Amino acid sequence: MERMLMKGNEALAEAAIRAGCKCFFGYPITPQTEISAYMAKRMPKVGGVFLQAESEVAAINMVYGCASSGIRCMTSSSSPGISLKGEGVSYIAGSDLPAVIVNVMRGGPGLGGIQPSQSDYWQATRAMGHGDFQIIVYAPSSVQEMADYMGKAFNMADRFRMPALILADGLLGQMMEPVVFEDKEIKMSDASDKPWAASGHGNRRPHNIINSLYLQADELETYNVERFKRYEKVKEELPELESYLCEDAEIVVAAYGSVARLAKAAVEQARAEGIKAGLARPITLYPYPERELRAACKTAKKVLVTEMSMGQMVDDVRLALECRLPVEFFGRTGGVVPKPSEILAKVKVMKGAE
Amino acid sequence: MPDFNKPHALTDVPMHYCPGCTHGIVHRLVAEVIDEMGIEGDTIGICPVGCSVMAYDYFNCDMIEAAHGRAPAVATGVKRANPDKFVFTYQGDGDLAAIGTAETVHAATRGENITAIFINNTTYGMTGGQMAPTTLPGQVTQTTPYGRSTDVEGFPVRVCEILSQVSGVALAERVTVTDPANVRKAKAAIRKGFEFQKNKQGFSLIEVLSTCPTNWGKSPVESLGWLKENMIPYYPLGVYKEGAIR
Repeated sequence: MERMLMKGNEALAEAAIRAGCKCFFGYPITPQTEISAYMAKRMPKVGGVFLQAESEVAAINMVYGCASSGIRCMTSSSSPGISLKGEGVSYIAGSDLPAVIVNVMRGGPGLGGIQPSQSDYWQATRAMGHGDFQIIVYAPSSVQEMADYMGKAFNMADRFRMPALILADGLLGQMMEPVVFEDKEIKMSDASDKPWAASGHGNRRPHNIINSLYLQADELETYNVERFKRYEKVKEELPELESYLCEDAEIVVAAYGSVARLAKAAVEQARAEGIKAGLARPITLYPYPERELRAACKTAKKVLVTEMSMGQMVDDVRLALECRLPVEFFGRTGGVVPKPSEILAKVKVMKGAE
Repeated sequence: MPDFNKPHALTDVPMHYCPGCTHGIVHRLVAEVIDEMGIEGDTIGICPVGCSVMAYDYFNCDMIEAAHGRAPAVATGVKRANPDKFVFTYQGDGDLAAIGTAETVHAATRGENITAIFINNTTYGMTGGQMAPTTLPGQVTQTTPYGRSTDVEGFPVRVCEILSQVSGVALAERVTVTDPANVRKAKAAIRKGFEFQKNKQGFSLIEVLSTCPTNWGKSPVESLGWLKENMIPYYPLGVYKEGAIR
């Protein structure tokens, strides 16, 4: 076991290398640039590839090419840069390729700001690009989870042949915490377990084609339907939610990522003041942990959703709860981080209004 | 004796190209080079959006379809992960010299060991004949119905001339396939590009002046004549840069 003190961004990068990510293609943007810096230093030492692309668009297309050849690879960016990657992510999903993308969110829209935000939730879970597709979305909440879910993202992307996204924010990316890595020999991935890869047929098999173009409507429909059947399996197996003090909670606070830690402090304070509060923290945002959230809200009378946005995940909470419980929202946006005291105040108002 | 059999690197799938279009010739030349070098099993081709987007069905090597303009970036991803494989892109003028200019120039500046086959036919063929970055001054297209005005639409892009100034380029050569002598020169240029790649000596681009009879509204023979009279004066044939960069 190796215990290190690292920034969230550095933990992501180290974990990716330990997961066998051979190639990293990036472009500088705050607040995720430490990922590139770390990769630039470390990749050449472990036989991997770090390449700074000419744009976000080029970086995601390098990922598309590298993933087409069956090699584990990734890119990372922050909100405005992720918008530029949307086209490429759609092609990766449409060609059934595994790849990992990191979004260390900052405030938007437009150029927005460089402070932490969660305002790309809709983009991550609804519209990473054009067309009928979904991607796996993990929302870590600590530097340790940044590392743990990176490995998982690569494994699930490979297993289901679809892109996986780590949705973090500037707070998680920049803060330092101890992180533990398992002792494991670093082994760069190859294409040996990917018979579909376009890496040269070596005169041993018919040629492989990586493609998302189907001009016959019924053919394209068939592929899309097949992909959504795969998503059903993803929905069965992948949802994860951390439930804290929810067994008898009357008010459940739902929050993900760094905000969940602030909400946890608010919940603990509420308990200290005699309010039966609990925390439900989705770890997968797609597939959304609907069953797990309903279970966490079993004794709840009200639900408070708190986010660093104007309210995006709140939609999924309402859908999961099928409007059976009143759902309220408290958020800060533009890079403002909510205080536990603000969340607590909202919980108290909700309790008082019963 | 010349070999008139189909190269092994081409499949038996019937091509969808219009009568008189020169894509078929260029496909064959690339395939002949792959056969002659014996590299089909180690080659990955990348065909982005444009008339040749379905070339994945025509080449027998592993193939990747790419987004419009992004082939050089996709090729970079493949090549960096597989430096000993051969990677070529096959791109049209709208793709390579308009929407994909950044990817083209930067793959070239990095000296990526890839070979770009660049089809310049002065038009967007697949979408029905709109103005391309290479459309000649005065040329009528669907989106320049009164002829390309340099005051309004600016000037045609000369790709080989631009790349001749880029340090990472090992080969920038302009050829055409209007007659057997030129076809032989075109094939020799493609072979050179693949040889530079084999020796990891830098980025190679072969620009092939091509015809689009359908969108030009001309017969195949008239099209070849129009190419010679109008395109070659603006886009002179020849080697613009040649030499290993490493």
